[in-house]
Amino acid sequence: MSPNENQNNISITNQQAFIRAHKKHHHMITFSRISILVIFLAVWEYAARSGIIDIFFFSSPTAIIQYLYKMIVDSTFFKHTGITLLETIISFLLVTFLSLLFSTLLWYWKNLSEILEPYLVVLNSLPKSALAPLLIVWLGTGSTTIITAGISVALFGSIISLYTGFCQTDKELLKLILTLGGNRKDTLFKVILPSSVPLIISNMKVNIGLCLVGVIIGEFLAARRGLGYLIIYGSQVFQLNMVITSIIILCMIAMGFYKIIQSMEHLYKKRG
Amino acid sequence: MQPVLSVKNLYYSYHNLKGETPAIADISFDVAEGEFLAIVGPSGCGKSTLLSIIAGLLKPEGGSLSFGWPTTIGYMLQHDHLFEWRTIYQNVILGLELNKSMTKENIDYVLQLLKDYGLYSFKDQKPSQLSGGMRQRAALIRTLAIKPSLLLLDEPFSALDFQTRLTVSADIGNIIRQTEKTAILITHDLSEAVTLADRVLVLSKRPSTVKAELNIHYDIDRASPLSIRNTAEYQEYFNKLWKELSDDVPK
Repeated sequence: MSPNENQNNISITNQQAFIRAHKKHHHMITFSRISILVIFLAVWEYAARSGIIDIFFFSSPTAIIQYLYKMIVDSTFFKHTGITLLETIISFLLVTFLSLLFSTLLWYWKNLSEILEPYLVVLNSLPKSALAPLLIVWLGTGSTTIITAGISVALFGSIISLYTGFCQTDKELLKLILTLGGNRKDTLFKVILPSSVPLIISNMKVNIGLCLVGVIIGEFLAARRGLGYLIIYGSQVFQLNMVITSIIILCMIAMGFYKIIQSMEHLYKKRG
Repeated sequence: MQPVLSVKNLYYSYHNLKGETPAIADISFDVAEGEFLAIVGPSGCGKSTLLSIIAGLLKPEGGSLSFGWPTTIGYMLQHDHLFEWRTIYQNVILGLELNKSMTKENIDYVLQLLKDYGLYSFKDQKPSQLSGGMRQRAALIRTLAIKPSLLLLDEPFSALDFQTRLTVSADIGNIIRQTEKTAILITHDLSEAVTLADRVLVLSKRPSTVKAELNIHYDIDRASPLSIRNTAEYQEYFNKLWKELSDDVPK
């Protein structure tokens, strides 16, 4: 074997060692994540069965699975989860559209943003749950109120963060457009919006969570359907299985939304 | 012959609530067709302000600016500013897109430029896949695509590392000479000014005026800036400029 070949062999094994170490690390992370969940469920189940915690108040994993099965069979699962999902998606889409629209307008007319700044700050820091009772009086107890609640939680923060992002775009890029014969509208469509796509996606990640929060608040107060309603109703009639099962469905919805937007992000990066 | 650009008694100052900061006190000069003019001066002397005024991005507060005939201005900035969300081809046609002049003739011209300057095979790649020198060449093609009759170069090589800088400035200098463009280069690098330009203006510190003027002529071919740097004339020009500029530095 020549020294050169030897060198090659070593470098291949080094590469393999690196891949092995990388995979090992990856497996460790996945294994630990799953272990935490399994241990948590096992301890919960054990504590419930051995009477350390009261199953009436704290439920148990098996009780939840049974309850979930029952909900699927009598199709309450689809009815309540469906409406919450629908309301969240509608308010999310509206927030995305409205915040893009308003942040663009604010960027385009600097005077407007200067005039409106204090109002935006107040609206953003106002706890939106305080508005819910008003919304019920104004809009009644239907989906409109709940979607409005979802929008109100996410909208103002979203406008502010998009607008701030737009303003941080490198001034030189705008100058470039002007020197090539473009106008302010061109800088918006050729620079500001395309360069802000990563910002818009990360903003969507935050918004989808906030919309879910708003919709659940809305359903607490003004609904006869939906997971928020189930949680409130369950707690009032001491059906804690119902409450905890709904919360777990909510966890899965939040996770699902996050994954969808994350894969959108991957798609964008792959294309870019 | 009528100059391409004639600047007379130009005056400009920046304003804020604390007061007025004069940037340009009184600047006059002409640029002849096909001439390569370099403007040097201490940092913060208003060189970039001057270019912005010529490009029409800022309005002069006094004095006048006249072009010999309808002039399209090409402006090259310090950084290439190629858009990462566009391919090289989409980047270089940006100017045509903005001017709504995406005719077949103009697109063929851009494709020819890409071929001439060795970027054709990279036209569908993203800017991040190109080297610093190639990116700056792409930026030049983007500027040339709108067929400017006057090129403004605002320290276009200052963001490059030293070695790339030498080759790219030589490259771009040659391209401008071959296409017989009129160009104004702003730089704080004296050797760059002396190797590339036909004439160098020295500005004083702020508020700036034209402090000195130096015509540059070499007996040998300009195509190789490295051999220019070895000539006696180069040394002489460089020392003269150096002296002019160092008078401004506080002792």
